[in-house]
Amino acid sequence: MASITIRDVKKSYAKSQVVHGVDLDIASGEFVVILGPSGCGKSTLLRMIAGLEEISGGEIAIDGTVVNKLEPRERGCAMVFQNYALYPHMSVAQNIGYSLKVAGVPAAERTRRIQAVARTLELEHLLDRKPMALSGGQRQRVAMGRAMIREPKVFLFDEPLSNLDAKLRVQMRSEIRKLHRRLNATSVFVTHDQVEAMTLADRLVVMNGGRVEQVGTPGEIYNRPASRFVATFVGAPAMNILEGTVELDGISLLGGSRRLAVQRAGLAVGAQVAVGIRPEAVRLVAPGTAGALDATVDLVEELGAGRVIYVDLDGASFSVMTSEAVHPDPGSTVGLRFLLDDMHFFSSQTGTRLEVFKASVPEPAL
Amino acid sequence: MVERTPILNFVTHVILFLGFLMAVAPFVIVAIASSHNLKDVNDVPMSLLPGSDFWLNIKTAWTTADLGPKLLNSFIMATGVAAGKVIISALTAFSIVYFRYPGRTFIFWLIFITLMLPLEVRIVPTYAVVANVLSPYQTILDLTGLSWLIEKVSGVQVSLSLGLLNSYSGLILPLIATATGTFLYRQFFLTVPDELTEAARMDGAGALRFFIDVLLPLSRTNMAALGTIMFLYAWNQYLWPLLITTDQSHATAVTELKQLIPNVGGIPEWNIAMAGTLIVMLPPLIVIVAMQRWFVRGLIATEK
Repeated sequence: MASITIRDVKKSYAKSQVVHGVDLDIASGEFVVILGPSGCGKSTLLRMIAGLEEISGGEIAIDGTVVNKLEPRERGCAMVFQNYALYPHMSVAQNIGYSLKVAGVPAAERTRRIQAVARTLELEHLLDRKPMALSGGQRQRVAMGRAMIREPKVFLFDEPLSNLDAKLRVQMRSEIRKLHRRLNATSVFVTHDQVEAMTLADRLVVMNGGRVEQVGTPGEIYNRPASRFVATFVGAPAMNILEGTVELDGISLLGGSRRLAVQRAGLAVGAQVAVGIRPEAVRLVAPGTAGALDATVDLVEELGAGRVIYVDLDGASFSVMTSEAVHPDPGSTVGLRFLLDDMHFFSSQTGTRLEVFKASVPEPAL
Repeated sequence: MVERTPILNFVTHVILFLGFLMAVAPFVIVAIASSHNLKDVNDVPMSLLPGSDFWLNIKTAWTTADLGPKLLNSFIMATGVAAGKVIISALTAFSIVYFRYPGRTFIFWLIFITLMLPLEVRIVPTYAVVANVLSPYQTILDLTGLSWLIEKVSGVQVSLSLGLLNSYSGLILPLIATATGTFLYRQFFLTVPDELTEAARMDGAGALRFFIDVLLPLSRTNMAALGTIMFLYAWNQYLWPLLITTDQSHATAVTELKQLIPNVGGIPEWNIAMAGTLIVMLPPLIVIVAMQRWFVRGLIATEK
């Protein structure tokens, strides 16, 4: 168990900088998930914690000790790799016990610990097999076992579930979560899958373009995204964004065809804002209802438990998620209604969240 | 893609069979010739039905050319070359692929150049070096004036000398020093996923440990392939052993075959020469047959 402190950590390769000054505090025993699109620097950050990449600037401390110059083995981290990275020529038992063998742990104790780990992960009957003869989920468990056996201070996961099929992924997700609860070791988990991120994380770190966009609990990230990027990246289907211009008595949307009657509370007239509404926050009403927006249905996606309705709102594409038993035909007109509380406002220039509109009337007239 | 075209299948089989005949025919003729007596083997055309003197010819060839010790020499040389090559190649490729150090590209090209300079091309300088391994150092000392300086200061005349003529190391070492194996390993190491290297680092294994515990076991089939090829290559060497073994005790089987070939005006004992050839061909054949299982195993179990 250890805390991790990351201070202004940068990473640059010959030509380009891929991580631009990341600050992050991870408490002892916490499960932190780093979420971001591919190429955002999340894996690089993880690999810098592990010691597999050199740190170009700033410092990383584990349990108060700066580890910048330490070899991976001296940092007390264990890592689970995306492709498991099992040694193909070793049996499961040898794979799990390899780090102990390198460390010179006597054979008897090694066997005892391998047995213990195998019991935890239900791998006992597979100990003599080679990785070739294992299924994806079993290989995943072996990779976890290899990390566990060292009793590391920190667990690092580099997209470990991305090679599993959907069903297995859900199962392994809950297994990782359970394992964390039992071992209570500090864990850093990198993924591009937001469902994985939301379900696993104590705290979520959203990264984009080598920078941290937002750090918070999954609830905070979902309900109060700090930037337009976070708002559209987290949540499926993605949050709807409507571009608007601040006017004297509200916001004009969609090139002036719709108006949102909210107080502008300090924003300059003429400022560009982006208004975000989550598809699941929109309610369908009869067309022509007062205070609702009328839109034409483009496409209905059936999800079983609910459906996503894609509508055309004066040329802008907009999605609505509903669990109600409504099946509007493509081409028909529906009314869309949403509450001010469900709207998120972002500056069009910087993409940062604006809180200025919150002191307005509860239900805006549209 | 599997094509199902009976005519094409037939044609390919015919071509394969013709190729097989062309490859195997010389061996058959050698085997038949080695079973004839002196008269039959010199008949024109030679009878393609086997004669009855096979074992006698084999025995004569064996004693005439003193093949026992020669085969042993050949075996030591070929095994030494194969083993040395496998080890050196693995080590150099490991260095080139996994380490970043100044002059790495330069060294890479130095190794690469040896591909263009096979032993036959550099045979005279190689002979000079083998005759006295330390002669390059002596030259350096002489040219820089160091030997003069040492002589002046200490009164000792520097004369370095270590000859490898008529020795197993002289036979083996020059044949090891080429780059073919290095490139074979390099290509293989490049296919080993980086994650494996990183996993080993996370497990606390140092570079050498990773090499021995992970890379070498993974390249077993590579080793078998390279070892076999090098064994054959060394076994079939003619020019080099001929050049550096002036003493009969270190001659190899292939060079000694010459003794069985009839001289102009001598008795045309081609049956004995063919019998000797058969004996000398046998060990490489055994090696290939034994190693073939490994190849097949390596092809089936792509452990990656």
